[in-house]
This record gives sequence, C-alpha cells and structure tokens, in this order.
Amino acid sequence: MPRIPLLELAHARSGDKGDTANIGLIAYDPVDYPLILEQVTAERVKQHFGSLVGGAVERFELDNLCAVNFLLHGALDGGGTVSLMTDAQGKVFSTALLRMEIEVGEEVAMRVAGRGRHPGQGEGRAP
Amino acid sequence: MITPRGLRSTPSARTVRIASGQGFWGDDLDAPVRQVRGGRIDYLMLDYLAEVTMSIMRKQQLRDPAAGYARDFVPLMARIFGDCVECGIRVVTNAGGVNPTECARAVAEVGRRAGAGGRARIGVVTGDDLMDRLDDLIAAGHALEHMESGEPLESVRPLVRSANVYLGARPIVEALRRGALIVVTGRSTDTALTYAPMVREFGWSWDAYDLLASGVVAGHINECGAQASGGNCSADWWEIPDLARVGFPIIEAGADGSFVVTKHPESGGVVTLRTVKEQLIYEMGDPTSYITPDVTADFTSIRLAPEGADRLRVHGIRGGPPTPFLKVSVAYAAGYKAVGTLVYSWPDAAAKARSAARILRERLDRLGLAFDRVLVELVGWDSTHGHLAGEPPPDLPEVQLRVGVRGPDRAAVERFTREIAPLVLTGPPAVTGFAGGRPRVQEIVAYWPALIDRAVVEPRLNVDVVEV
Repeated sequence: MPRIPLLELAHARSGDKGDTANIGLIAYDPVDYPLILEQVTAERVKQHFGSLVGGAVERFELDNLCAVNFLLHGALDGGGTVSLMTDAQGKVFSTALLRMEIEVGEEVAMRVAGRGRHPGQGEGRAP
Repeated sequence: MITPRGLRSTPSARTVRIASGQGFWGDDLDAPVRQVRGGRIDYLMLDYLAEVTMSIMRKQQLRDPAAGYARDFVPLMARIFGDCVECGIRVVTNAGGVNPTECARAVAEVGRRAGAGGRARIGVVTGDDLMDRLDDLIAAGHALEHMESGEPLESVRPLVRSANVYLGARPIVEALRRGALIVVTGRSTDTALTYAPMVREFGWSWDAYDLLASGVVAGHINECGAQASGGNCSADWWEIPDLARVGFPIIEAGADGSFVVTKHPESGGVVTLRTVKEQLIYEMGDPTSYITPDVTADFTSIRLAPEGADRLRVHGIRGGPPTPFLKVSVAYAAGYKAVGTLVYSWPDAAAKARSAARILRERLDRLGLAFDRVLVELVGWDSTHGHLAGEPPPDLPEVQLRVGVRGPDRAAVERFTREIAPLVLTGPPAVTGFAGGRPRVQEIVAYWPALIDRAVVEPRLNVDVVEV
C-alpha cells in the first residue's frame, strides 16, 4: 500500500496553552476524514513526535469540521515565557505533524499527489 | 423599497456587524482604521491581551503609576474617535490591561481634543485585579492551585507580580446599556469583546446558553484578527490574495444566534471554509467543553455553510451553563534566561555549529555554572521539527547555532552571555553573525493559571461610565 504524508490529505494550525501544544488537523476533502480518524490516532501521533513531546497526547474529534484536535502535553519546554525553544508557542507543530505518513489506497494516493506544496517549490513525493 | 427575496424587513431580521480590529498587542496598527472606514460596522472589538501581557503591563505600571495598559490604543483612538462619534460605532476593548482607569482617562483626553466633548461616553470595567486581595483570599482558603500541576499558589506567593480574573460579558453589557460609546476593560476574555455587543443588541438572557455559545464561537473567530480571513492559513496559502491589505473578519450577527463571517469589500485576504476552520481549532482544548465565564460552548455543534464570496454562515451552535469558577491569570517571577546565536557557513556548517556547542558546554561546566536547562538548536535545520528533520547534509549552505540557558541564578545566566562571542576566535571556523553584541539576560515572568469561586469576585466588579 502506498504511504503518503498527511500534508497531502489535510491542512493544520497549531498553538499553545501553557506547556501544551494543540494541533488542529483538517481534512481537505470530507471523503478522506475517515482515513484520518482511523490512522492518525493519539498513539501514532505520540510515536511520531517521540522525544519532542514529554507527556501524553490526547485526541478530540470534530466530525462537523472533518477535523481532529490533538493536545501534546509537555511539548513546549515549560511554554510561553519560560521556554527556550524557537517555537515556544507551538506555532509550527502543525507542519511537523503534516510530515507523518499514513497508508492509503492507490486511488487516494493518485488523487492527492502533490497537494499542500507551492507549485514549483515542492520536490514531490520521495520515491 | 425592494428587500432581498421580497421579504419585508422585520426587527428579527436586523443584523449587527461586529468587526475585529486587533488580534494581539502588536498587531497591524492600520487594521482598525480600515475596519472603521471600509464599510458599515456597528462595533469594533480590539483584543490586546495574551497570557503573558498582563505581567508585562504590571512591570510598566510599577515604573510609572499612569502606565500599565496597551498604549497603542490611545493614538489609535486619536485617529478614529471622530469616525466612531459620527457613525455611532462602539468600541469594545481589553486595552485597559492592569490599569483600565488610566487607559480610559487617556482616551477621554484624546476624545476631547478630537472635538467629542459632550458627545461620547466611556465605560470602564474594574474589579478583575486580585493583587491587593491575594493574601486575604489565600487565608480564606482559596488555594489558587495551578490548573496543571495542582500546586497551591502559596509556594510562589512572594514571587507573584500580577493576578487577574478573566471576566465575561456582563460588565461590558452593563456599560453599553448605560450608553458607553467606548468600553475599556482589564482582563476580559477575548471572546466577550465580541459577544457582549450581541447580548446587548438582541437582549439575550443569561440562561439562553445556545445563543451565548453562538456568541462565543463568533468571538473565537474574531479574537485573532486576520487569522480567520486568510492570514497564517496553511491551505493553499499561495492563492490567498492581497494579504498586504488583508481585511480583518467581521461578524454579521442575527438575533437567533446564527451569524455570517465576512470582511469589507475591496479588502485583501479571503473568508472560506478553510480559513474559518483553521481559526476554529486554534488553541482549542476539548471542543465539547469550551469554558467561558458566561457559558460552556460545544464546538462540535458548529455548522458552516458558504453563502457566496467571502461570506460563511455559522449556525446550529449549542451551549450549556458555565461553571461555578472563574479563571485567574497569575504571573510570577521564575528565574532568568538568555539566548545567544552565531552563524556558521558551508562547508560542514552543521558539524561546525555542533562542535561549537560542545566547546561552549565544556566551558560552562568548567566555570561551574549550573542551569535548569540548556537548549541547543540549529536554526535552518532542526529548530522547528527537531529530530523529524533528520541529519543535516554536509552541503547545507549555512546554519545558525542558537543556545539558550535558563536557571534561578542571574549571575550564572549573565556569565553565559559572555561566553558566546569568544567562540568566534576560539572555536570552529567560518563563523559570523555576532554583531548584535552580547545576549540580553531576561527575567522570566511565568504564567500560573488557577480557578477561583466566582462568588468572591463578581460582587466586587465595578462599571463606571463617564462623559468625555
């Protein structure tokens, strides 16, 4: 089965609440939302981020927006003014999640290929 | 007069337009002016406060008793006071910070100079500041435990710099009812600045939770300015037009709680399903339970329906009662930090930067300096995605070494700031970018979120309305 990055299926925005980063992941197309629900679990996200997230990962579903919201606890080195991180407020955790790869059918892989990249900027999918 | 679809205009079809003008202290200074002059609006909401803003303002007030509010607000009002009086546009803002009274006084002065004397009233909301009551409250059993760690506030009490309760819409509604053209608050919630006008205009009762929750969702869309109308949007960002003069969002609200998100014609940016969805999930916790002082909103009930270009209808929202508690934002001194940077060039830029970091660590150890935390990042390689970026290639053109330290001992952090520049002559080659001088030691003022029984706060809230 082809593996594709979430970048091709969803867009995302992230932010902070104290030492917790939140990432909202939104399916571009409602038909792909079930794939996200099935494969982008809290466990997989925790595994993807590895040492970047000190605490637990929680997931909440917003079926009405075809979106899921992740809370990444202990991800911001204390958060806000305490953190030494460049991304102290978790603003680009969104794109770090969009790197994550999931397995999809051929039809989906063909349909979404190249999505999420500025035309002419992206190198396309890794072979 | 022909009305759309032949319907007669009725009071229930009346809409109120609430424009977002600032998403934080430091946002686009001209955005509120564009909102006031770019088309019809009834209200302008200006959000100036983030979690740490109150403590910065407290620091300023300790140096100057007349300071402690968002100073940008006063020159802004000097530009738009006349427009607001002429067009009856009401302004609702939390620019008051830790000193709403002085903020309102400065705005009144600006209003008089703009010729608004006798033609406008200013409302001031106070009572959110708990600093003077803190010891009494703790003595009376209000432990103000940290919402995440559970630790009682007593453990950092001598270090506390400010303590303010997040207030809801009630005092703002009261000020509007008493004829205020401008309402200045301290730590009101960001969302209340948008839904207080809706409560006032439509006469919603305080137990109409679905309506109040709709107002909260509208407030969440407005509170970060252009983030709902094309700014910072990750979906096909290259297609979003004319961000140079981006139109900030406008909520066109109806009495039934449904509303349309839009923006002024001829402005830049876009309002689409994607831009609004991204803002809806921004800084979200449990979406079924978005807690505010007035209502608990359920973001999983939101329905979105496009209504043509740059118009998105939002409806179907459900809400429930608020909790018996209000959230308190406490700021306390939590040590010191400093961040130093150097830039290394090709070849082997990352290897050089890492070698320099090792040398620096060894020198800090030899000096016997202890820190709670030392963080090494390579900007241009791993500072945003960490290990997910993989190993840097040897032909990376350049990289910025960024080293941060944090600890309780100011002298140790100070000493660290003197160890960066020496690396230029005593470390790996091909290094530059040190012209900014030694890094600055910063005092850390940290955020301590807590809950308090609303019964000890609400009776002390005060609304003053004064003639300009």
